[in-house]
Amino acid sequence: MTGAPSVVVLDYGSGNLRSAVRAVERAGAEVELTGDLDAAMAADGLVVPGVGAFEACMRGLRAIRGERIIARRLSGGRPVLGICVGMQILFEQGIEHGVETEGCGEWPGVVERLQAPIVPHMGWNTLSVPEGSELFAGIADERFYFVHSYGVRDWTLRTNDRTQAPLVTWAEHGGDRFVAAVENGPLTATQFHPEKSGDAGAHLLRNWVGSLRAA
Amino acid sequence: MSLSVRVIPCLDVDAGRVVKGINFKQLRDAGDPVELARTYDAEGADELTFLDISASHEGRATTMEIVSRTAEQVFIPLTVGGGVSSVEDVDRLLRAGADKVAINTAAIRRPELISEVADRFGNQVLVLSVDARRAAGTDSGFEVTTHGGRQSAGLDAIGWAARAAELGAGEILLNAMDADGTEDGFDLELLGAVRREVSIPVIASGGAGAAEHFPPAVEAGADAVLAATIFHFGKVRVAEVKGALRSAGHPVR
Repeated sequence: MTGAPSVVVLDYGSGNLRSAVRAVERAGAEVELTGDLDAAMAADGLVVPGVGAFEACMRGLRAIRGERIIARRLSGGRPVLGICVGMQILFEQGIEHGVETEGCGEWPGVVERLQAPIVPHMGWNTLSVPEGSELFAGIADERFYFVHSYGVRDWTLRTNDRTQAPLVTWAEHGGDRFVAAVENGPLTATQFHPEKSGDAGAHLLRNWVGSLRAA
Repeated sequence: MSLSVRVIPCLDVDAGRVVKGINFKQLRDAGDPVELARTYDAEGADELTFLDISASHEGRATTMEIVSRTAEQVFIPLTVGGGVSSVEDVDRLLRAGADKVAINTAAIRRPELISEVADRFGNQVLVLSVDARRAAGTDSGFEVTTHGGRQSAGLDAIGWAARAAELGAGEILLNAMDADGTEDGFDLELLGAVRREVSIPVIASGGAGAAEHFPPAVEAGADAVLAATIFHFGKVRVAEVKGALRSAGHPVR
């Protein structure tokens, strides 16, 4: 147990990645920004960022066969953190402007337009964090920075008592409720941007990076 | 549980240096945008906006470096505007570390730029900046201006904001030219008129002179409030604005 955990921030042509790289570095990891699959497979943790349209992100991800890397890592219990659209593409399907796009399908559910008077949902919001969350340890009452027009409004995964149910954190905007974060064994995801959420976001990333070597 | 009102300091940057007067005693270099950004972050700013007023190509390149350095040190959202006129400009700024890009005159000249940017990067990156003032003979009573409010663009301000939202703008930065520099308070009438017509977030700008000016802007429909001079001169602190908002019953971070 020496040295910092290694993390790859997956580069598949998506927006501002500089902040994600620096924020994860600041959380104590050694970070590489790359689309190289061997590096993405070998790292202790993989961050899948994403901004913009579901369809464009999914296309970019498939172009580097990123969805297969995510699946291979998860089947080996190796941690993956999806952020914003990087969370959305983990679900079965996205519907934007009537266009249906198949996602990675790690979780059932559909990413659809938020039903609120003012969209995008842009700014710092509070969360409903479930009991036992490790990701939000020490920061369950903090606000985090969101910017998105689409979200997962129904969590449809059913589990029985022999499997551990994922921990789902919710947020609410303009009367609409949607998934803000999921903790599911090696697979973690946030709809908000921890890398843009100031001290609270830094704390969350430290919680995640801190879990990597133990995983 | 609801979104907090965002308080956004705005810095005018010329060739990598902050232009307007700064009065923060703790700063080593008051003209350094990165250090000022860090200070605002520490004071609780919810976002930052850089307005690049560089006239030269070299000046703009320097501003790009400042954006990169800021994005590596300050972990709150950063909007950059000023002279952005193409999809390539937006791409460069996002790669440098901006989270959102403000577009003003170029969108007036060529409204399709809004949809081009939104299609490529998502509408959340596009802040449409509108310089609006009162004008007789317009449908809403407000028109769009260019050149810092000196020229009429020949567009109804409310109609333009609504059209931009349809084209894919993610947010409206509403600069009230009549109120700008007065320090008499935000232009509540203008804010209300835009709020009634668009369902994307609206940032109120222009006219703030005291902490108590901020709650009425939110009550008129602003989702966020932006100010430059009063923050830079230390006349009002970010924390005081948040205190005033909180006392008026508005959620703040």
